[in-house]
Amino acid sequence: MANVVLVDTQKCMACRGCQVACKDWNRLPAGATKFRGNYTNPPTLQAHTWNHVVFTETDKGRWLFASYSCMHCTDAACINVCPVGAVQRTKSGTVWPDGDKCIGCGLCVQHCPFHVPQVSKATNKMGKCTGCAERVSQGLRPACVTTCPNGALLYGERGEMMQLAKDRVDALRRQGFSEASIYGDLEMHGLGRIYVLTEIPSAYGLPETPGYNASAWIWQLARRPLGTLTSIGLFSGLVVGFLRWRGERIQHKDNYSI
Amino acid sequence: MTNHWIDYQHSDVIMAIGVNTAENHPMSMRWIDRARERGAKLISIDPRLTRTAAVADIWLPLRPGTDIALLGGLINYTFTNKLYQREYILNYTNASYILDPSYSFADGVFSGLADDTYNRDTWKYDLDRDGNPRKDLTLENPRCVFQVMKAHYARYDADTVCNIVGCNLQDFQLVAKTFCATGAPDKAGNILYAMGITQSTHGSQNVRGTAVLQLLLGNIGIPGGGVNAQRGEANVQGSTDMAMLFHILPGYLNMPQAMTHPTLADYNAKETPASSYWSNKPKFLVSLLKAWWGKMATGDNEFCYNWIPKLDGKNRSHIAIFESMAKGQIQGMFVWGQNPAVGGPQAELERKALENLDWMVAVDLFETETASFWRRPKVDSETIKTEVFLLPAAASYEKDGSVSNSGRWIQWRHKAVQPPEDAKSDLWIADQLYKAIRYHYSLGGVFPDPILGLNWDYGQGEEEPDIEKVALEINGYETGSLKPLENFTKLADDGSTACGCWIYSGYYNDLEVPPTKRRIREQKGIGIHAEWAFAWPLNRRILYNRCASDPAGKPWNPKTPLIYWEGGEWQLKDVPDFAWKDTPPEKTAQSPFIMLPELQARLFSPGMADGPFPEHYEPAESPVRNALSPQQNNPAITWWQGLGELASKEEFPYIGTTYRVSEHWQSGIMTRNSPWLGEMAPEMFVEISVELGEKLGISNSSQVLVSTRRGEIKAVAYVTRRLKPMMVGNKLVEIVGMPWHWGYRGLFPGDSANVLTPHVGDPNTTIPEYKAFLCNIRRA
Amino acid sequence: MKVTRREFFKLTGLAALTAAVVGCDWDEDPILSQPLTDAKEVTTICPYCSCGCGAICYVANGKLVSVSGDPDHPINEGALCSKGASLLNLNTVYNFRTHNAEINPNRLTKVLYRAPYSKVWEEKNWRWAMDKIAKRVKETRDASFEAQADGVTVNRTMAIAHLGSAALDNEENYLLAKLMRSLGIVNLDHHARL
Repeated sequence: MANVVLVDTQKCMACRGCQVACKDWNRLPAGATKFRGNYTNPPTLQAHTWNHVVFTETDKGRWLFASYSCMHCTDAACINVCPVGAVQRTKSGTVWPDGDKCIGCGLCVQHCPFHVPQVSKATNKMGKCTGCAERVSQGLRPACVTTCPNGALLYGERGEMMQLAKDRVDALRRQGFSEASIYGDLEMHGLGRIYVLTEIPSAYGLPETPGYNASAWIWQLARRPLGTLTSIGLFSGLVVGFLRWRGERIQHKDNYSI
Repeated sequence: MTNHWIDYQHSDVIMAIGVNTAENHPMSMRWIDRARERGAKLISIDPRLTRTAAVADIWLPLRPGTDIALLGGLINYTFTNKLYQREYILNYTNASYILDPSYSFADGVFSGLADDTYNRDTWKYDLDRDGNPRKDLTLENPRCVFQVMKAHYARYDADTVCNIVGCNLQDFQLVAKTFCATGAPDKAGNILYAMGITQSTHGSQNVRGTAVLQLLLGNIGIPGGGVNAQRGEANVQGSTDMAMLFHILPGYLNMPQAMTHPTLADYNAKETPASSYWSNKPKFLVSLLKAWWGKMATGDNEFCYNWIPKLDGKNRSHIAIFESMAKGQIQGMFVWGQNPAVGGPQAELERKALENLDWMVAVDLFETETASFWRRPKVDSETIKTEVFLLPAAASYEKDGSVSNSGRWIQWRHKAVQPPEDAKSDLWIADQLYKAIRYHYSLGGVFPDPILGLNWDYGQGEEEPDIEKVALEINGYETGSLKPLENFTKLADDGSTACGCWIYSGYYNDLEVPPTKRRIREQKGIGIHAEWAFAWPLNRRILYNRCASDPAGKPWNPKTPLIYWEGGEWQLKDVPDFAWKDTPPEKTAQSPFIMLPELQARLFSPGMADGPFPEHYEPAESPVRNALSPQQNNPAITWWQGLGELASKEEFPYIGTTYRVSEHWQSGIMTRNSPWLGEMAPEMFVEISVELGEKLGISNSSQVLVSTRRGEIKAVAYVTRRLKPMMVGNKLVEIVGMPWHWGYRGLFPGDSANVLTPHVGDPNTTIPEYKAFLCNIRRA
Repeated sequence: MKVTRREFFKLTGLAALTAAVVGCDWDEDPILSQPLTDAKEVTTICPYCSCGCGAICYVANGKLVSVSGDPDHPINEGALCSKGASLLNLNTVYNFRTHNAEINPNRLTKVLYRAPYSKVWEEKNWRWAMDKIAKRVKETRDASFEAQADGVTVNRTMAIAHLGSAALDNEENYLLAKLMRSLGIVNLDHHARL
């Protein structure tokens, strides 16, 4: 994994430029939402919302912001559990969903420890951040990083970003943020999205020890020798019978033509 | 803004007071962060823990409407700890001027008050025989501005201030120590402000408070310093420059008043000061008249001066217009890209006033609440007589034209796509409107001369007007040769030049490469970007920049030299804001403020409607008594009939305050029709503390009703730790915070906070008091 | 890494980009979409707050396909906040059901007219509206015009008000200031006052 996104949560001011720039570049629509006593909206990532900013209030009275999207894990559950190989890793290291192959089974939704992939009810395809693979392969930064006004999102070579993150954590500790830490170095064998945090990961809604169910490997083992066609045959029955899409359901108002 | 966005990178301390800069001007944080990477501190002063406060180094919660108490406290701290920059105030301000013995201040009131109005005759300097102010350069005379001011603010001791503001002593002292340290000559303190400062019955004095503090600390005119008013709209600077305000003509020339300015000679005599750059005012006005009435305007007819309507001495601002409309005195109204049914104070009063109109012309991108007031909830359309024309306008990138940002940069926008279907640029609409009116007056009518005589030739028939012709007219040209004027120094008062807005002169002086369209970035330097677009006036990027160096011409801060004397000449990194040519530093040291008759900045200002020094008063509606004087409110407030009675704190015990969120803009008519933005902030909400939620049984995300004497609205409650009850005196005060972006139309509708706000404003500007009023809240 | 505008040009003209897939069993590479294919770039300034950020409108076949930060602009250097990043929506939105781009259905695209006491808007054409508005202006102005007051020439009407606007360009504001003053309008203000 060559390049990663560095999320400096202490610089983030939650302007949500990343959330919208993602929609502009990836041509994603908006859905109906409600105000739920928190600025985070939509409340989860969705098949048509690949990046969102999460707002958390702490008991100590702090207001934390973090820009979320796919972590592009080195050990990516979604790649491993996908029965049809619709989730792939690109040369630039991002985890990329192939809409043509996706059968909407939702296994990736079930197994992702970060609740990133979601299946669209309208198209029955999984949608999530592609890491702007088509931008980064051309030497551009992902749309969310490019639009960030003040460097809360950075993009670059993993080692370089890790060093920046370490320097930043040191500086934050000196400023009195004793809980400052890096998230994403070792998690899932290394995330494609490194976070500089000033509170424990769970304060930002991040799993302290992300992982995925070992049973996922069964699918992986099954898939490889049997090949694609077998997988599709095997799983489409299961999908129809057992799996439910667990993503955010979009209540579509009739008069709400977007 | 005295400075500009990029210049924030040079600040050592940035104090955001009455501005939520991260939410409402997010790009400011790009440059604030550059400064912070060098070790600069960001202070956020705001009632709520906003997104700015959340990322700031210091957050000081302040009770809405008590900014002067806080600023006064900082001024007092500066005096008592001798942190003022003595050489700066001695040379660049009126600190040494001796005041006339008739000036006085007692019990919260300045001398000269009668019937809610100040007679300002006593707010003046003690003059010598030649008419020049007497000065005491030792600053020890008890009647000099410095000493009078010091005594005035001695009352603002830390304990008193904290009791008024509702903050704790440690927080106040930390802010004072951090910010006032920028009084060191090589340190730059930067004050950012916005509507939290202006939307008050003492809003102009709030602004004065920031300016006075910055002058004392030597922070005006220097890189990284300044008083930076972060304006709310992309072109509110430009629309103000172009005089979309009742009291001015383009370029800040006062509108003629019938009583004082019956003739051009009277206007020039009374409006033209002997000193300062305003001594050129007759050139500006005559050139404006030439631009408007062309060949019709001659020396023999006072250049058609009579064709400018004269004011009757009365306030004709937003509040006054709606008061007048409510009384049935206005029959027709144009409203372009504005939505008072959501954005105006006491919105239901203003919506109701619209019913008195015979006709309304509204021009917008989307259907506004104003245009559709006749079908708002709970009214019977069939009882409303108003004829409404709603005209579809082009969006910003569907037409050509320039806009002026907060740093006064006039930047050009190019047309990218056609507007959809019948939508048209406002320029086209204005052109067609004039042509239609001219046609009807060509058939006869009451005094058609100013209309038929208008110099108006921007295009034929129904084609898009030639915007370059308009730009050239604003820039100014020689009336004979039609050659563009280089800048306003070329203006004349004999009719040989025409100029639509003198301060813009130079922005379009080259038709091949108009300065406003330039896109050349600075390669090396301190971020002035002199060849990027054009900044008025004269492409000057930092105002009052003589003050960037000491009286001898040496930069106060050697790391950011701007304009300095070296090797026997001025070194210029910006366009000088003083008479510099062949003039050594000592000759310019006492005249850095060229727009003021004193040529020095006013710590004591004789020009305000409500006092020469900012003084703390409570908002019109407040739950507490003024702890500083017996004078509860600003004594110069105009009490409009539409306001009615003020609320009692028994019936409406909480402080209501309104604000904006990142995701929406103003009355929301553009952003509430944007699916991407509406998705993030879909509904009207109110923010209350956890303590108030518990007390009233209001749970997070439940429906609530908020009421004031003006009306009631429904919203979703956001019970949050980001708002805390405040200890004011020995009383616990709660704040109910609400964004004001919603209305009854659009893709994401909701109730309007301005149904709750009062029809009362600042005595100087009449900007409404949106930031502090009394309200109540209950479960829906 | 700093991306200049020149680097955006590199993208232009690429019909489809491919990226090699590693670590999976498939021979074919995924075809990645490229929204800026053949797009023309037009610079603009954000119409929201007063930072004056630069943005680039990407236009393909006369249609707006994307608006993003202008990397050459000294104030924002390619960045944009949420409002700035949403600029496309003023003109174009993506349909929730089909994901297809369409003109924002809430945009006003026709002249609308509401007759006195009516409950509905009616569509009209520009010529009709301009003529009717001009007549209303003339009726109101002529009925209320004051040439003199207390012996002073005042040439004004108090019966017409004009509001706006900071949302208009300088040149538009200038023309309106000029036109409205020539009519004698003094009840003239805008939301800079709010």
